Amino acid sequence: MWPEKIKPIYDVIVIGSGPGGLAAAIAAKKNGAEDVLIIERDIELGGILVQCIHNGFGVEIFKEDLPGPLYAHRFIQEARSLGIEVLSDTMVLDLTPLRKINAIGKHVGFLELEGRAIVLAMGCRERTRAQIRIPGTRPAGVYTAGTAQRFVNVEGYMPGERFVILGSGDIGMIMARRLTLEGAKVERVLEIMPFLTGLTRNYVQCLLDYNIPLELRHTVSRIMGNYRVEAVEAVEVDEKWNPIPGTEEVIPCDTLLLSVGLIPENELSRKAGVVLDPNTGGPVVDEGMQTSVPGIFAAGNVVHVYDLVDWVTEAGFVAGKSAARYALEIKKAVRRKVRLVSGNNVRYIVPQYLDSESLAESDQSIQFRVVRPVEEKVWVEVTDGEHLITRKLERYVRPGEIVTVKIPQKAYDAVQKADKLVVSVAKSQGDQNA
Amino acid sequence: MKKYDVIIIGAGIIGCMVARFLSRYKLDILLIEKEADVCMGATAANTAIIHAGYDPVPGSLKAEMNVKGNRMWDTLAGELNIPFERRGDYVVAIGEEELPKLEDLIKQGIQNGVPGLVFLSGDEVRRREPNINPKVSGALWASTGGIADPFAAAVAAAENAVMNGVTIMFETAFQDFIMDGNKIVGIRTNRGDFASRWVINAAGLYSDDVMHKAGVRPEFKITPRKGEYYVFDRAEITINNVLFPVPTPITKGILVTTTMHGNTIIGPNAQDIQDKEDRSVTREGLEEVWKGALKLVPKLELRHVIAVFAGLRAGGNAPSPNPNIKYNHDYIIEIPSNVRGFVNLGGIESPGLVSSPAIAERVIELLKDAGEKLEEKKDWDPIRPARPRFRDLSKEEQKILIQNDPRYGRIVCRCESVTEGEIVAEIHAPVPARTYDAIKRRTWLGTGRCQGGFDTPRVLEILSRELGIPPTQITKKGPGSEFLKRRTKDVA
Repeated sequence: MWPEKIKPIYDVIVIGSGPGGLAAAIAAKKNGAEDVLIIERDIELGGILVQCIHNGFGVEIFKEDLPGPLYAHRFIQEARSLGIEVLSDTMVLDLTPLRKINAIGKHVGFLELEGRAIVLAMGCRERTRAQIRIPGTRPAGVYTAGTAQRFVNVEGYMPGERFVILGSGDIGMIMARRLTLEGAKVERVLEIMPFLTGLTRNYVQCLLDYNIPLELRHTVSRIMGNYRVEAVEAVEVDEKWNPIPGTEEVIPCDTLLLSVGLIPENELSRKAGVVLDPNTGGPVVDEGMQTSVPGIFAAGNVVHVYDLVDWVTEAGFVAGKSAARYALEIKKAVRRKVRLVSGNNVRYIVPQYLDSESLAESDQSIQFRVVRPVEEKVWVEVTDGEHLITRKLERYVRPGEIVTVKIPQKAYDAVQKADKLVVSVAKSQGDQNA
Repeated sequence: MKKYDVIIIGAGIIGCMVARFLSRYKLDILLIEKEADVCMGATAANTAIIHAGYDPVPGSLKAEMNVKGNRMWDTLAGELNIPFERRGDYVVAIGEEELPKLEDLIKQGIQNGVPGLVFLSGDEVRRREPNINPKVSGALWASTGGIADPFAAAVAAAENAVMNGVTIMFETAFQDFIMDGNKIVGIRTNRGDFASRWVINAAGLYSDDVMHKAGVRPEFKITPRKGEYYVFDRAEITINNVLFPVPTPITKGILVTTTMHGNTIIGPNAQDIQDKEDRSVTREGLEEVWKGALKLVPKLELRHVIAVFAGLRAGGNAPSPNPNIKYNHDYIIEIPSNVRGFVNLGGIESPGLVSSPAIAERVIELLKDAGEKLEEKKDWDPIRPARPRFRDLSKEEQKILIQNDPRYGRIVCRCESVTEGEIVAEIHAPVPARTYDAIKRRTWLGTGRCQGGFDTPRVLEILSRELGIPPTQITKKGPGSEFLKRRTKDVA
């Protein structure tokens, strides 16, 4: 999905097309933003919803119980019908505090874009084995629950046959059920806390209904197997999460799934100088989801990890609306500027732009240098490309001497209509193009 | 039976470097490796330091190889395009009581012929490395110390060897020698027998087993010494320098240093173990490393850790060939007197990476001394061209790269900005990367904050497509480490 012509500047650019990004783009468009662009690094739109084929989405927003891809599809369709532009398979490499973006894609090449407002909607990533520092070997067969979910639901492959799941987060429990339905054996779900960390409904529907045992106050103390996981050692922990000696149990398995938490993904936010809250891991925002950098907004799990996708959507609506308002305000504030273009025998001109309203106040002087000397009378002409706006006779021009020409107030109307002002040097008699 | 002039057993840094230096001569060379890629043993997990040479016992072969090897690295890294920086290293004394040890080290370094050793005051060290323990009392600064990428070094050496005619066989395990009296005439492997006039033992952790099969040094024993490490998020902490504590008689201690990729790493501890494959990380080991590193840099925070790993040093018990010193952990670099056709390398632990080019040159000298007429190839090319690394390029270079090959416009590893173009290039390189870990070591993909969570399914897809095999056959690090079991719905 790539628009025919990518504009250099958009009212609102949304980074990420998960539920937060889609909602933000839709809200921005509905609140008056004209050019809205979504940049998505994956080939498909929808973010993580693409692999969430279980139901439970949309109960708040649609009063319906939908699977993830269908929930996403409704917003993708709405975005399409509103004329929101989309760059998929495109990755944002860099974002500056002045809302300039560098992005690359296999089909679009290297892009440099600017947004009058930006919405960060990069979502979150999963905590890894290293972050909880599980001792043992480093074989194949240790996956985060989300990576396993992608293998099973998107790629169509089973990453294992006998599983132990660490963490009672929702993705872990949902994967326990999913893997069981695909003929795998889930030996155990282990949770280091003395309580369930996911939703109770998932415990009932995904673990209890399938007789998958959950052990609270337990963790994995060792991973075994050099090439592929052969077993994990489970252990009971005390209140401070320290293993209780003597409670070790070796559970044979070929795969360990980790469902041990999500972290907002804010690498780009940092590049843009957005202040992050150490407690949430996401940007510090105001009630309109504006971050510490003016014009940069944030939507969804990039701010903090929500319980329900519906709430991510709601947060996206707020961010998109604020972003549109911001973009429209700066658009209004920036007056139209006309570019000064070097014509025949002109090397450069200062200033490079002329505010078209400035002639309402006074005449405006511009200065330039020529490329080569002309030791006879010449006309210095300012045109809009076709029609003469003003001209001035010089006795000679030399590269070492700056030439000044005045654009008079009476040229106001002509400059208003022009999209550029060409300054050139022409001989006083004969061929104007010499 | 296929016949070679030279067979090298083991494609760690030593085997690869020996192959590369020998590829200069008109020899038919085979390099065999039991694993699926180069540098899967000791070279895979170490501190990645180019040691200056003040540590080894003066007069030992270790000291000689270290100092010689160190001088060779500028040319070597230039020819093979190995990421290498001579940043200098520091041995840091904490508190007044550690200062005298620095004096001893400087003396030892001068004895070993190490140039550029300087004593720095505590104030100067604090100025140069603001994160350091404020109780620092002084440091030895060795200007010739450096850091290098050991994977890149082994891959580059192996590739240059292949470019110059060397054959590499992976998943090929040495089983025994074929002898004719006391002369080695070939080897047996799991993939058949190969005849050879010379066999070079570069088996690292298994070098004792290999030499015992030839009847050489039955008393020699490799004791794997495990070292554990932490890797930190580049965005959270930057250490600019290689910081050693003052050493103990057994180890150079727990360092705080940086990789060529800019990640701070801390480690290693030193624990003698029995199992040559046990690279497991232990709770106790990690605690030891943490405490050791905090002594140098108290500001480290556990929440900034993105990976932990363990490596094994191939520690030997060979007495030094120098009769004037008493030292029992020296390198073995020899043509033994009791067996013909055998070049024996053993006990090559730290500083093995820095020593590797000097050891390769010593092997050439030994072969010449043994009467081997080494004739140089006219068309030997010492240059191994580097392949583009997207994230290290300027914006303009990135634009051109994508214009010429759009696959460089697709990011596969988001944390480290590794593109599809780079992965495909590695799969089709002179020493092809055929496993996930092989790609990881060459591109640094999957080493960032998300530790492969995002890229793994995508890399499997690319490997499957480029190698023309189903995703279920793609492995992490060779047979037995397949990522996927079967297709969904395919219930047995």
